[in-house]
Amino acid sequence: MATFTQYKVYYPFVGPCDPCPPIRAKTYNTPPQLYVPVQPPGLPQYDPYTALKQGTLWPAYYSPYDGRIESKPGE
Amino acid sequence: MWIYEKKLQYPVRVSKCDVRMAKLLHEQYGGADGELAAALRYLNQRYSIPDKVVGLLNDIGTEEFAHLEMIATMIYKLTKDATPEQIRAAGVDDHYVNHDRALFYHNASGVPWTASYIQAKGDPIADLYEDIAAEEKARATYQWLIDQTDDPDLKDGLKFLREREVIHSLRFREAVEILKEDQAQKKIF
Repeated sequence: MATFTQYKVYYPFVGPCDPCPPIRAKTYNTPPQLYVPVQPPGLPQYDPYTALKQGTLWPAYYSPYDGRIESKPGE
Repeated sequence: MWIYEKKLQYPVRVSKCDVRMAKLLHEQYGGADGELAAALRYLNQRYSIPDKVVGLLNDIGTEEFAHLEMIATMIYKLTKDATPEQIRAAGVDDHYVNHDRALFYHNASGVPWTASYIQAKGDPIADLYEDIAAEEKARATYQWLIDQTDDPDLKDGLKFLREREVIHSLRFREAVEILKEDQAQKKIF
């Protein structure tokens, strides 16, 4: 089974005459609220300091975004 | 209803990687004299115009959607492979922060499309004159777009679209002549 990631990858059509070097792998975000749409009681919690830093009390709903993930043009 | 043919009216080729041109092409996508405004204007006016010219509005309105698709293809080809850095360098970052690489119905300056761009006065002569004016303005917009690129393949597609505006204007002028009726007759006023 593939490792779970908070983004999915697709490979759009690349034309033989496209003007720019192609980005072959594109991604879109699938953050955690999609998969646990109703919060169950009793989820594990961060300590208060970490929770304030992360923006959520629950690791299950933490969604990091560190910039666009996709292949470089021409690769 | 419409029958869709899964091909473009005229081939769209873009050879130069020029992200900024995508921003400019939005003028014909969601601008006041763009293809969306044209299609919606004609297809809406056709209900309240004499039978003799309904078919003309129907056919030209439909063709405008084919043009809209060509413009969309040009924009998409120019933006689909651009990185956030390239988009910023091209000055299209204001579009990116709202739309990513999606197209949107706004003009080259980012002003969203609005129905007040089009008119339906219900008066056949007023409406056809508005349509003629719209075609001439779209023709001029294509000229200024051609002036802003040095990509011969992109220019080729834009020149085709400009020529269609010329012919559409002619057909609307002919429609006015049809509605004037009396010209060919000897009539004492």
